[in-house]
Amino acid sequence: MQVKAGSRLKSQVCDTQVVAVRAPAADVGVTCGGAPLIALDADADPGAVLDEAQAGGTLLGKRYADEELGLELLCTKAGKGSLAVDGRPLGLKQAKALPASD
Amino acid sequence: MNLAMLLEMAGEGGDDRVALGSLTGGLTYAQLLDRARRAAAWFGERPGSNVGLVDVNSPATPVVLFGAAIAGRPFAPLNYRWSDDQLRRAAARLAPAVLVVDRPVVERVAGIDGIEVVERDELWAALDDTEPVDGPADDTDEPAVLLFTSGTSGDPKVAVLRHDNLTSYILGTVEFLGAEPDEATLISVPPYHVAGIAGLLSSVYGGRRIVQLPAFDPVAWVEVAEAESITHAMVVPTMLSRILEVLAEHPDLKLPALRHLSYGGGRMAMPIIEAAVVRLPAVGFVNAYGLTETSSTIAVLGPDDHQEAIASTDPVVRRRLGSVGRPLPGVEVEIRSGEIWVRGEQVSGEYLGVGSVRDEDGWFPTKDGGWIDDAGYLYVEGRLDDVIVRGGENISPGEVEDAILAHPAIADCAVVGVPDDDWGEVVAAVVVPAAGVRPEPIEIQEWVRARLRSSKTPARVEIRDELPYNDNGKLLRRQLRAELRNDS
Repeated sequence: MQVKAGSRLKSQVCDTQVVAVRAPAADVGVTCGGAPLIALDADADPGAVLDEAQAGGTLLGKRYADEELGLELLCTKAGKGSLAVDGRPLGLKQAKALPASD
Repeated sequence: MNLAMLLEMAGEGGDDRVALGSLTGGLTYAQLLDRARRAAAWFGERPGSNVGLVDVNSPATPVVLFGAAIAGRPFAPLNYRWSDDQLRRAAARLAPAVLVVDRPVVERVAGIDGIEVVERDELWAALDDTEPVDGPADDTDEPAVLLFTSGTSGDPKVAVLRHDNLTSYILGTVEFLGAEPDEATLISVPPYHVAGIAGLLSSVYGGRRIVQLPAFDPVAWVEVAEAESITHAMVVPTMLSRILEVLAEHPDLKLPALRHLSYGGGRMAMPIIEAAVVRLPAVGFVNAYGLTETSSTIAVLGPDDHQEAIASTDPVVRRRLGSVGRPLPGVEVEIRSGEIWVRGEQVSGEYLGVGSVRDEDGWFPTKDGGWIDDAGYLYVEGRLDDVIVRGGENISPGEVEDAILAHPAIADCAVVGVPDDDWGEVVAAVVVPAAGVRPEPIEIQEWVRARLRSSKTPARVEIRDELPYNDNGKLLRRQLRAELRNDS
């Protein structure tokens, strides 16, 4: 699927929701818990099940990224599944703690 | 990403902590999100492309900001201190629009084509009977906030900040709900200032309780800071010097909860920040540099930098107190011919009706002069237009002002260039004496000559009772320069 920056996506197999902060122009296969992410207002495939090998979970407010692809997802709702792109787990992007400035 | 996502995450995934107002009676994040979704529904029922605001700070400010974002309408806060004529001209540029206003403003903006005016308290009451919408929905990086920049001649430019500009700034600098449960920030800059907007966004995302002053007043600031156990605040330089005056009159006031004070929005004179560090030893100071067009802060000098600089005997480390620190991780800074250029996702550099003024590689010229030291600290020398060129030598007004302000008989001062037949330009200083003293101009000239060098010594020193500032605390240099030119 083509992920567009700014689009909201959800997992079919857990509570995870994300928003695409950055996205490549090319099609990518983004999954959560082993099943493809779908648009927030789309209906989940009732047959989809959580892959226990991809059930590390997502954390609210964390960013998951593949720098090479230029893909970055912000977790807006936590869930049991793990995020992956084209079969590779998405890494947690560490934010540098900065002093509050405003 | 729609900036209202920042609130949705805190509202749906956070705990029950208070988002806005006092610990008793304040709104939680869930309640604030609910209000914003009702406001979005209310705006959505009305025609128009923008949502304007002419108001002091109030709980309605974040509700209108986030509500407009959910409704997909750009939010445009206007300066209520403008003259009626300025205000009406600015409002007309937003048409068709809904304009949310403070009660005294209703009459001032009546009868403008394409502008529907609603009084803030009436809107607040109407939201009780409005069904909230879902959202925000997908976002295609539309304009989120329109800010009128403080031009002193002609109609102001309108900076366009898109959703991605603002959210990339927040995501890159703020940890989601990373604030300690006791943290509270005091917002006293007006809603039409980029720091007012950024303060709302970063506090909501960071989970830091927001307390608002309708408008800045130094006595009220100190009282509310104490009463509300304020831990964090952002002030512009003139606010800090007025707060210090109040604290000097009340040596018993300790502001025990305050631990983090950031300042920006103009150049801070070194003697003032040094005095602040001494008066408030438990407070970590942060100098933030940014512009409206860069979605607020692009460089910070943190508390550790301040302490290191003050404690150091090495002049290179010590002078960093006068720097704005190092660029944020998501921001690149370059100096081209003495001018600061910046690039990054948060940098908009876009104006309504003009488009982007970034170059083809995305760099934005700030029109600020500056330089970077070997350790990467950025020094801002002020607006390029303000640099004094005396016989080919560039003189930064700030350096001369710092030297003059260190004189015990001087309360405030401004340095500008005035035309000179021999030198092109020479340094002129306008000084405000401290209470009860009247220094002689020659005294000030000798003082500067002893500290800097003769080329930087004011050729002219004028004594006045006060200096002209705009209501954001920015010195009106252009006005002062024009006055001095006409006098000479």
